[in-house]
Amino acid sequence: MGFLNTSLAVAVGCALALPALAQSITGAGATFPSPLYQKWSEAAKAPTGVTLNYQSVGSGAGQAQIRNRTVDFGASDAPMTDAQLKESNLLQFPATMGSLVAIVNVPGIADNQLKMTGAVLADIYLGKITKWNDPKLVELNPGLSLPNLAVAPVYRADGSGTTYVWVSYLAAVSAEWKEKVGVATSVKWPTGSGARGNEGVAGTVKNTRGAIGYVENAYATQNKLVSTQLRNKAGIFITPNTEAFVAAASSADWSAPNFAANLIDTSGPKAWPIVSPTFILMAKNATDAGKSAAVFKFFDWAYSSGGKLAEELEYIPIPPAVAAQVRAAWAAEIKGPDGAPVWPIK
Amino acid sequence: MGDAIFSAACHAAGGLVLLLMGGIIIGLFLGGLPAFRAFGPAFLTSTDWDPVRQVFGAAVPIYGTLVTAVLSLVLAVPLAFGVAFFLTELAPSWLRGPAGTAIELLAAVPSIIYGMWGFFFIVPIMAQTVQPAIIDSLGELPLVGMFFQGPPFGTGIFTAALILAIMILPFIAATMRDVFLTVPAVYKESAYGLGATTWEVMRGVVFPYTRVSVVGGIMLGLGRALGETMAVTFVIGNANRITTTLFGSGNTIASLVALEFGESELGSLKLSALLGLGFVLFVISFIVLAISRFLLRPHSVKPVAAGRAAAPRGGPNAVVAKV
Repeated sequence: MGFLNTSLAVAVGCALALPALAQSITGAGATFPSPLYQKWSEAAKAPTGVTLNYQSVGSGAGQAQIRNRTVDFGASDAPMTDAQLKESNLLQFPATMGSLVAIVNVPGIADNQLKMTGAVLADIYLGKITKWNDPKLVELNPGLSLPNLAVAPVYRADGSGTTYVWVSYLAAVSAEWKEKVGVATSVKWPTGSGARGNEGVAGTVKNTRGAIGYVENAYATQNKLVSTQLRNKAGIFITPNTEAFVAAASSADWSAPNFAANLIDTSGPKAWPIVSPTFILMAKNATDAGKSAAVFKFFDWAYSSGGKLAEELEYIPIPPAVAAQVRAAWAAEIKGPDGAPVWPIK
Repeated sequence: MGDAIFSAACHAAGGLVLLLMGGIIIGLFLGGLPAFRAFGPAFLTSTDWDPVRQVFGAAVPIYGTLVTAVLSLVLAVPLAFGVAFFLTELAPSWLRGPAGTAIELLAAVPSIIYGMWGFFFIVPIMAQTVQPAIIDSLGELPLVGMFFQGPPFGTGIFTAALILAIMILPFIAATMRDVFLTVPAVYKESAYGLGATTWEVMRGVVFPYTRVSVVGGIMLGLGRALGETMAVTFVIGNANRITTTLFGSGNTIASLVALEFGESELGSLKLSALLGLGFVLFVISFIVLAISRFLLRPHSVKPVAAGRAAAPRGGPNAVVAKV
């Protein structure tokens, strides 16, 4: 009996003590930022006491789950529209940013050697440029000897935020792409071959002579893939690196509604043209204020202390000025069941 | 008392299977209903799959499913026949056991493994060696040429059919071997006694005797090929286009559903179209099974009875059921 009493007391003690020690929150959605969220989750456990349980189920599923309020936050690569957010009573804010690069497999072409423009990329994916020695490519690359080899475009076959960002860029630089194909997480590709996931695209490009594909920059650097330069809006050829990504992030207009800043083809002279934020979605009418507060605690930590981890994984941290705007939105928009704001935590 | 419980449990188990089947069919149909309503019969005939404009037609994945499945049979059936014949008639007896087991083990490999193996080992070989050679030779010919053109991605309809052929080979070969074994030795010995060669015995005695069950085995393979998802997804190229060339990229129903499911919002027309595709696949599989039953029906009386009586290992049908 004595043992039972003791263990009961210990159990009760634990139950009482636990919420103060560690809080667990659940999130679901985009696969693209998932490696970073996992890293943040490990690192934030000690300083914040918040444990994140993140399921990378895809942006669409993440949106659906937060709409049904089955998770504490949803994550989506593509921003939701203002109407969608209002309908589901959601707040949207950016968590981090990523960038895409074009990867190629052309004999004799080394990393970041080939010069590309958005218009040429769109023509390749529209099936209008079919040979690597096409006059348009030769004109951009006078110093390189481009072979008479068929261009084999490779795309993501699974619906993905990566594809959304890529076709957003193609639509931004090519009116024909915008009109004929459009923008979505999967589109009707006029030409080429599909592969599953970043690893599938990278593998297919590696296997196929003359292939071109697109992957997240982190994936390209980790796997030593051959990426290309790209001409930005200012007319300058940019090599994909952290400096160019950060330049894009700081030249963006973050005052857009719902933080849906457009980082595609920004005008900064040093900016890499294909950069995109990835978003967090939270219920404005928090049913469990404690959980919402824990989510804020987590992302507050991520904004102030998670930048280095983000850069290590080749993500781009949210600039401090934008983070301040986001915190202000938390304070203004999210109310607990008692009508009191959840942030800042009392 | 025990009898009553046993009987009730068996009835419940049997009923549950029927309920499940019905539930799945109805669930898929209701899920696909918004897409069927929106596109009508054109859902089956339209080759347009455009998530941006919310237009969904099933013709491309249906075409891809049927072509890869049939092509894989064309590749697998002769091979399976050779394997089964070798194991039953030609192989030395010490080899029959291990080789037979190896064939059966092929069936135990998970399909994701076939997919990764196909993607990392077969696709590079196809892309760098096989396809360029064929495209440069056969692709230049008139008429036949149109089946062997295009860039050598390595992935595509042909590679998918090849992987599928390897996957369904053990099902067909094991069935064939087992039914070949059911041919009474006295029939074969009589034929040999009359001076028939091994091939003549095969063609004149073994094959007619087992034809029905062989068809059954092939249908089993076809059923598996139709629904295969992961392995095909890796190697088919995943393009929603119909091309004449065997090296072109395509898509199958199962592969398309697996790829697009993750980014389909609840209640969207796309999700409904995917569920509708699932229903179509269900119907196709059902038709294949029905055809196989129909094919089996008129011939099935005599050989099965004879097989049961003569074969120590059970009749052809029992063997098919076992596999």
